Amino acid sequence: MPGKKKRFGVIAGSGRLGAFMGNKLSSYGYGITIVDKDPEAFKNLSMEFSGFHILGNIVEFRILKKSNIKKASFFIATTGDDNTNIMVAQIAKDMFKVPLVVARVDDPKKKEIYSEMGIKTVSPTQISADVFLEKLDLKKDRSLLKGWL
Amino acid sequence: MKVLIVGGGKLVYYLSRTLVNKGNRVTVINSSREDSDKLAQMSKVDVIFGDGSEPEVLEDAGAFYCDALLALTPYDQVNFNVCQISNAYFQIPRVVALVNDPDNEIVFRKLGVAEAISTTHILTGLIEQTTIFEDIITHAPAGTGKVSISEVPIKKTAKVINQKVKDLSLPKDCLIAGLLRKGKPIIPRGDTRIKRADRVIVVSLTSNHDKALGILSEEF
Repeated sequence: MPGKKKRFGVIAGSGRLGAFMGNKLSSYGYGITIVDKDPEAFKNLSMEFSGFHILGNIVEFRILKKSNIKKASFFIATTGDDNTNIMVAQIAKDMFKVPLVVARVDDPKKKEIYSEMGIKTVSPTQISADVFLEKLDLKKDRSLLKGWL
Repeated sequence: MKVLIVGGGKLVYYLSRTLVNKGNRVTVINSSREDSDKLAQMSKVDVIFGDGSEPEVLEDAGAFYCDALLALTPYDQVNFNVCQISNAYFQIPRVVALVNDPDNEIVFRKLGVAEAISTTHILTGLIEQTTIFEDIITHAPAGTGKVSISEVPIKKTAKVINQKVKDLSLPKDCLIAGLLRKGKPIIPRGDTRIKRADRVIVVSLTSNHDKALGILSEEF
């Protein structure tokens, strides 16, 4: 983003998904802080990544504050634990007033519940399932999948 | 009272045993097979093996009919979501969460999820009070820690001896709820005098508690 002040965001979880986005966003010129409790996870970050990483459990309020979330313009929760993602996303949204917050919620059932509560969620499970079904062309036969889609 | 508990381990085991002994009906939701089996050996406790942050599991456990829900897992994020789901789906009169990271207490309160209880805070509070005022017995706080109850022994040099309860210069929001005189309990009135060796039971807002204890143990 030339000419503009560098936008800054926090990513929770440096697994495949979190690190991939961290690398991408960092290469686009965003300032990124990525948090993970497993030091091994930061190996997923590539050379493109020029942001900060913080070792710690994001559920601890102290770690969340340390990530400088107060100044973030976006927050993405991508850890492998739905409950963690939902909780930290709400803290980011309601306590730190981060303008853009998205949480990964693997369980499609939970995704629905929390979408109703006003949290932006992405369910990789649901997305992959949808893509698979599309490829299989099963979607036409909706009666087969009733109650599932 | 019907109590629903989400969690496991020693805390939940002893708590449900105590609650059952006091005549409550207890259902425990636990997400580990092994732990569930152990808990199920207790008589009179229903155990449901499942994820307490799923609405269906809570419903199976009778969330629609219970009077209180306690989320007591060692994970703040689980407790948070259990409470949130139960608030969204079931109108349970009392929802209490264990907060493992004391810093998260404010998160639970601010987001209005549940009455948050931090064992770390309670324990440090107890330790601080016993070291500052020896001989004073502090009882478990009420009202999620906002109300404190203590038992203060009146030393022979205390300033308050022979004063009437109504004349004590106690802080606001503070009450002398009882006296133990030679082991006999007395519920004081305004004109009851404090005597030497009494044990005074004082109830106050936690914010004023230290002040009240200070006045009662002040010496000449």
